[in-house]
Amino acid sequence: MSALELSGLIFTGAFAAGLLGSLTGLGGGVVIVPLLTIGFGVNIRYAIGASLVSVIATSSGAAAAYVREGYTNIRIAMLLEIATTLGAVAGAALAAVVSTQLLALTFAAVLLYSAYLSGRRATEHLPVEHSDPLAIRLKLNSSYPTSAGEQPYGVRHLPGGFALMGVAGMLSGLLGIGSGAVKVLAMDNVMHLPFKVSTTTSNLMIGVTAAASAGVYLRRGQIDPALAFPVMLGVLAGALVGTRLLTRLATRRLRTIFGVVVALLAAEMVFKALSGRI
Amino acid sequence: MARWTDDEVAAAVGRTLRGGVGLAAAITLAGAIAFLQSQGHRTADYAAFRGEPVELRSVGGIVRSAGHGSALGIVQLGVLCLIATPIARVALSLIGFLRERDRNYVVITALVLAILAFALAGRV
Repeated sequence: MSALELSGLIFTGAFAAGLLGSLTGLGGGVVIVPLLTIGFGVNIRYAIGASLVSVIATSSGAAAAYVREGYTNIRIAMLLEIATTLGAVAGAALAAVVSTQLLALTFAAVLLYSAYLSGRRATEHLPVEHSDPLAIRLKLNSSYPTSAGEQPYGVRHLPGGFALMGVAGMLSGLLGIGSGAVKVLAMDNVMHLPFKVSTTTSNLMIGVTAAASAGVYLRRGQIDPALAFPVMLGVLAGALVGTRLLTRLATRRLRTIFGVVVALLAAEMVFKALSGRI
Repeated sequence: MARWTDDEVAAAVGRTLRGGVGLAAAITLAGAIAFLQSQGHRTADYAAFRGEPVELRSVGGIVRSAGHGSALGIVQLGVLCLIATPIARVALSLIGFLRERDRNYVVITALVLAILAFALAGRV
């Protein structure tokens, strides 16, 4: 295949990933690695590098809009980014010594978890009133806009959330994904932040986490410009179109489609890894 | 020095992110067009991992390569600009927290910035 044909095909695939990612809110980054490895026979070490680039692009684009809406908690993001960036550097270092088979199998496990999450309905819980003393000292409690005006919220279990963020960063550095699902899990389930605050703050953190990993991958020669440009431009164009035609109506069905696609990709990845073709 | 409120920091963060992504996409697109015109017919094969040449691996190398007009160097400069976007956001927050005289967050933000600098330029 010529470079022109390959970039055209990758651009189309990345466009679809960016579109689906922004329409479902699940992030398209997780499908870039299977798209490149299973779809186009790209070595997984290059695929992870290209995926990181797409993750930074979509996260930064979306975060720019969210930050101005007042949901994002910049202090929480900054504090937890200590954990995610350290985890990312450790994960990126680990990725260099792990075999491509093991990388693919770990990736498949994360894909299956993402598929499971896409089928689950998000549970909206009431914001907690009391914060942990440490969270108060670090001024993490804040408020967010609701239809009934500004709603204050507190922050719980900071050490647990911090530790889980380290794991999220590690997965991001190891597999080249945003780990948005794990980040939301840490903030929503562990720290009891409102769902909208969790998702938008997670989005802001994803870019910094992926930038830490991308720095290591760039120096290791795993970011190939000829693969990076169709992925980056495709995902950005897809996300841009997605936010324009965002119709809440079909979101539920799209999430189901996304879940099925991701589960099939996981199965294919396990098969290829076990038969030694990845 | 005038004090910054959290809202003003948030607005500046939003502008930085949008501007950074826009600039990165523009540089990358220019490099991509140049690459496809000159080398689009070449066979592309990524089955084996060989690693990028040294000049596309470091900040200095990429800037030099793009300066010489290398198409892939320009694409990589766009990628570098994209990686720099969230880092610039953290640097901006550092300025914000300095102006707010929030000592805890100056330390926290400086730590995140140090980890990012280590990732991009250190030895791992």
